[in-house]
Amino acid sequence: MQNSFFNRGFQRKRPAPTGHVLPPGQYETQDFPVLSAGPTPRIKPAQWSFGLTGLVQTPQQWNWQQFNHLPQQDFTVDIHCVTQWSKFGTVWRGVSLDTLLDAAQPTAEASHLMAHCYGGYTTNLPLTDLRDGKAFIGLLYDGQPLAPEHGGPARLVVPHLYFWKSAKWIQRLELLSEDAPGFWERAGYSMYGDPWKEQRYRDDDEDLAAQAP
Amino acid sequence: MSGLAWQLGTVVAITPETPRAKTFTLRLPHWQQHRAGQHYTLRLTAPDGYQAQRSYSIASPPEQTGEVAFTVELIDEGEVSGYLFEGVQLGDQLEVRGPIGGYFAWDATPQAGPLLLVAGGSGIVPLMCMLRHRQRSGLRNPTVLLYSSRTPEEVIYQQELTAMAQADPSFSLQQTFTRQLPAGWAGYQRRLDEAMLGEVLGLLPAAPQCFICGPTGLVESAASTLAGPLGLPASAIHTERFGPSGT
Repeated sequence: MQNSFFNRGFQRKRPAPTGHVLPPGQYETQDFPVLSAGPTPRIKPAQWSFGLTGLVQTPQQWNWQQFNHLPQQDFTVDIHCVTQWSKFGTVWRGVSLDTLLDAAQPTAEASHLMAHCYGGYTTNLPLTDLRDGKAFIGLLYDGQPLAPEHGGPARLVVPHLYFWKSAKWIQRLELLSEDAPGFWERAGYSMYGDPWKEQRYRDDDEDLAAQAP
Repeated sequence: MSGLAWQLGTVVAITPETPRAKTFTLRLPHWQQHRAGQHYTLRLTAPDGYQAQRSYSIASPPEQTGEVAFTVELIDEGEVSGYLFEGVQLGDQLEVRGPIGGYFAWDATPQAGPLLLVAGGSGIVPLMCMLRHRQRSGLRNPTVLLYSSRTPEEVIYQQELTAMAQADPSFSLQQTFTRQLPAGWAGYQRRLDEAMLGEVLGLLPAAPQCFICGPTGLVESAASTLAGPLGLPASAIHTERFGPSGT
């Protein structure tokens, strides 16, 4: 911070995590906290389907069986929640967004996405943030099927952004030609959510706007 | 919007609530009216520049202008709660920003319908803000609080809640204890379950807006029971999870 204020007698109590770097304002946790705004949607795999719609040349729709036949990869990633916890080295298996977007072929106008979820949750992302191995649809966590309270049977995982962007109970990605706020973004949270720039709330996006080309 | 700028509040009251919960009241230079259920982020800075942040629900009603109160539970090995409990005195300054959060929030409007509040442990804090807001607004919308505690000693705001229930027939205080009972206790003495939630729901004349706050297990169980077997629409159920990792 800019001024010289400090809290007398306050000092770091937890050892700095070894081999990892925490984004500003975060602390490390070993467990896996659950945060969501309402009851947990309980979607049976047989009821689940996932689609890519909007500005794509070939809209896609997969049922659970079809989706599980797509190529899957293992991902070990650090995750950072806007409520200040970070968790290092989480292990996932899922389908890369590159695989899914290649199938749908976004049109030239497509620049952003809205993630739509079972239960009505939404969150927005720039298209480039889902490309080049940066994002996936997670199916297994720690070798087990993803639990309902963590977004099972499938969730979006975008580890380089605050974890509210990693939408649980994912149902559909809608490709759009411009950015639009989702559920938490309409409630005052950042439009982008970069943990390293500490973009927690809309006010924190000012430096993002300043850096825009 | 300058509402989320960091500001230095001055500690004007420290009130012990239980052996492991204290209320810190801060006078703010740039106070902004909050909605009941919202929170602030508190940031501590060490002399070497190290910083730690935690979010704390607002306990004081929006009618308490110029200041905000946070009831903080002491977490084992808690870096921030430990400092607040041991290191903070009247007159000290604490850096905060807020109010934050728009979903887990309730407004005491004249149109407000029935309200079901379900708390576990320190999850009572944002719900108490709603109850205080309701009381200050003079509302008489049918309201039930179901509050689960492990032991009588751990109940936060017991006297105020009891007094509120005695003064207001439209407010029903329902408590359950899971480890140790108050002397002569004849009420619930188990974890929340479908029968209990069904009974408290039955105290209300119509389907309520529902706010549930507490540890993840309790919140998951209560929300899925209310939305499942008890048939409340999911859109009427608002949840917030508290816990050593979430606070």
